[in-house]
Amino acid sequence: MDYLKLEHLSVGYNNQSVVDDINIDIKKGEIVALIGPNGAGKSTILKSIARELDIISGKIILDGRDIHKYSFKELSSKMAVILTERIKVELMTCRDIVATGRYPYTGRLGFLTEKDEEKINEALETVQAFDIAYKDFNRISDGQRQRILLARALCQEPEIILLDEPTSFLDVKHKLELLTILTNLARKKKITVLTSLHEIDLAEKVADRIVTVKGKELFGFGKPEEIFEESNIRELYDIKKGFFDPLLGNIELSKPEGRKPKVFVIAGGGTGIPVFRKLQKENIPFAAGILYTNDIDYRLARLLAAEVITEQPFEEISDETFERAVACMNSCEKIINTAPKIGKMNKKLEELINIAEKRQEEQNG
Amino acid sequence: MNEQILITDKNESRKRRLRYTAVFVLLAAAFLFIVVLNINTGNVKISVPDIVRIIFTGEGEQTQVNIIMKIRLPRILMSAVLGGALSLAGFLLQTFFENPIAGPFVLGISSGAKMTVAVTMILFINKIGMISSYILIFAAFIGAFLSLGFVLLFSRRIRNMATLLVAGIMLGYICTAITDFLITFAEDSDIANLHNWSNGSFSGMTWSNFYVALLVVGVSFVICFMMAKPLGAYQLGEAYAQSMGVDIKKFRVLLIVMSSLLAAVVTAFAGPISFVGIAVPFLIKRILNTSKPIVVIPAVFLGGSVFCMISDLIARTAFSPLELNISTVTSLFGAPVVIYMMLRRKRG
Repeated sequence: MDYLKLEHLSVGYNNQSVVDDINIDIKKGEIVALIGPNGAGKSTILKSIARELDIISGKIILDGRDIHKYSFKELSSKMAVILTERIKVELMTCRDIVATGRYPYTGRLGFLTEKDEEKINEALETVQAFDIAYKDFNRISDGQRQRILLARALCQEPEIILLDEPTSFLDVKHKLELLTILTNLARKKKITVLTSLHEIDLAEKVADRIVTVKGKELFGFGKPEEIFEESNIRELYDIKKGFFDPLLGNIELSKPEGRKPKVFVIAGGGTGIPVFRKLQKENIPFAAGILYTNDIDYRLARLLAAEVITEQPFEEISDETFERAVACMNSCEKIINTAPKIGKMNKKLEELINIAEKRQEEQNG
Repeated sequence: MNEQILITDKNESRKRRLRYTAVFVLLAAAFLFIVVLNINTGNVKISVPDIVRIIFTGEGEQTQVNIIMKIRLPRILMSAVLGGALSLAGFLLQTFFENPIAGPFVLGISSGAKMTVAVTMILFINKIGMISSYILIFAAFIGAFLSLGFVLLFSRRIRNMATLLVAGIMLGYICTAITDFLITFAEDSDIANLHNWSNGSFSGMTWSNFYVALLVVGVSFVICFMMAKPLGAYQLGEAYAQSMGVDIKKFRVLLIVMSSLLAAVVTAFAGPISFVGIAVPFLIKRILNTSKPIVVIPAVFLGGSVFCMISDLIARTAFSPLELNISTVTSLFGAPVVIYMMLRRKRG
C-alpha cells in the first residue's frame, strides 16, 4: 500500500514551477531521501507536501486521500515536520518545545493531561534528551536542538515525518545519532520518513529509496543501487572535479594533474589507500598495481591514479599483466612499496618487488 | 531513572505554579493598592475609610463623593482597562512580528488611529456636535488596521527587525504630522479638547466612556485568552503552527484584527500612549519566566493596568496642578526598558 503518493506534481513559487511532473510512491515505514544540489527544489517539494506552499498542478495523496482535502487539524495528527528555519522563542525550556507537539490532542486552552505528559516523556526518551529537558531551548547545541525538534514531532504521533536538511550544521556524531533514531522510528514504529539530505553518502546508507532533484532538468526515483550510478551523481551535482564512489559512498577529490605517472605504488588489500591520498594531496600523478579489480585499493586507485595495472579477481597474475606492470614501473621516477600481503595467487608481486628493490639499490649505489 | 524523571517533572511544575501564583497575587495586590492610592491622592486628599464608604455605599460629603465618583474613579478604572488593552496589543504584535520591540506605538498603529479619530472628530463636531464612543472606536480601528497593513507590506518583504521599526516610526511621524495639521486648522472651540487628547491623557473620562471601553476590551480579552493555544503554536513560527493544525491564514487575520482593535480602543479614548506595549510584556515575561500565552495574557493585562495607573498617578500629581501627558511618564519608564532590551540582544 502506498502511504504517500505524488502524481504528476508540479511545485514552485507564485505559480512559477521549480520542479515538474514528480511521480513518487512511498510505502508506510519507508525512509526516502531527497538529494540534489542547493536550490534544486528539495525544500520546495517538502514545503508543498507540508501545505506550506500551494501546489501548481498534480496531486498529493496521503493515506488514500488528497492532502488538500484534509483540514489542518486532521493533517496535524498524521504528519509532523522539522524545518530548517531557526525557531525564535524566548523563555521556553526544551520540554516546553516538545510539549507543543501535543497541540492536536489538547483541549481548547491547550492544558496538558497526564497522558500528554506521558507522551512527552516517551518522546524525550526516544531521542534521549531527558538530561536537557529543563534547559532553555536557546541555550543548547545544534545537535540537541534537532533531537528536541524530533521529539516535538513525535509528540504529534505522526505517521509521516518530513525533515528539511536535518543534518546540516551537525557534527558527525550527531548526524549519526539523528539518523539512527530516524531509522529506528521507521523500522519499529512504521513511521514514514521523508527527508532532504545534503550528505549523499549518508542518503545512500540510510534511505530505502532516493529521490534525485535538480530543477526541471533531472528527476529520478528509485532504490539507492539504481540511483547511485556514478554518472547519475555526476550529472545530478554537476561534478567536474572529484568523484563519488557509489559502492562505498566515498567522496573523493579529483586526480592529480598530468597523464604520465611519476610514482609507481605497489599495493593491495588496502595498503595503498593512505599513499594514494597523500599523492593526491601533493598533486603527484601516480600509477598503481598490481591490483585485483575487487581489491579495496582498486576502488580508490581507479579514481585517483593515472594508470592502474589490474588483474581479474582470484586469478594468478598473468605474464602479460606482469610485463605491463614492469614497463609502467620502469617509466616512473620513483617506486613506493606499501608491502601488500603476498599469497599463492599474487606470487608474481614478489618478483615485481624484487625488481623494484634492485632498481632502488642501483640508484643508491 | 524513570521515577527520577517523574519526580523532576513534578518538582518543576510545582515550582512553576508557585511562581505564577506569586506573580498574580502580587499584581492583584499592587492593583488594589494603586487604585486606593490613586483615589486618595490629589488636590483634595480623601482618607481610605472615606473612600471605601463612598465607593460601596455612596454616602459621604458631597464634594468628596463627586470627586471620587465623577472624576477619580472613572479615570483610574479607565487607565486600568486601557493600560491592560495596550499591553495585550503589544504582546500580540510582538508574537505576530516575532519581534520583542514591536508595539502599537512604535509601529505607528497608535498614530494611525489618532489620525482617523482626529479626522472623525473634526468632521462630526462641525456637523453634528457630538460623537458616540463607538464611532470613535470604529474610526480608530480603521486607522489602526490601515497602518498595521502598511507596516505589514514592508515587513513581509524585508524580514528585518530594524527595517520594521523604522517603517513604523516613519509612519507614526507622517500620521502625527497630518493630525497636527488638521488640529491647527480646526475650529477654535475643538482645539483645546483635541490638543489634550492627541498627546495622550486619561483625564476627563466619564462613566459612559468607561462602560464602552470595558465592554470592547472585555470581549477582546476573552477572545485573546481563547487564542492562547494557537498563539503558543504561532510562537514557533507560522510553518510549525500550521503543521500543528492552526489555520494560519485565518489566524493571522484574527491576530491583526484583535491587536488593531485593542490599540484602537486605547487611542480613541486616551490618545497615543508610548512604550507600555513593549515594556510591560517584556517585564512580565521575565517575572513569570515563561512566554506561554495562557499565563502571559492575563498577567500582561494586569501588569499593563498597574503600569498605566502608576503612570497616570504621576502624570496627575507630580507637578500638580499642571498635568503631564501620560506618554511623558510612560516613556520615562518604558524607554529605558527598551534600551536595556536592545543592549541585551546585542550581547546575544
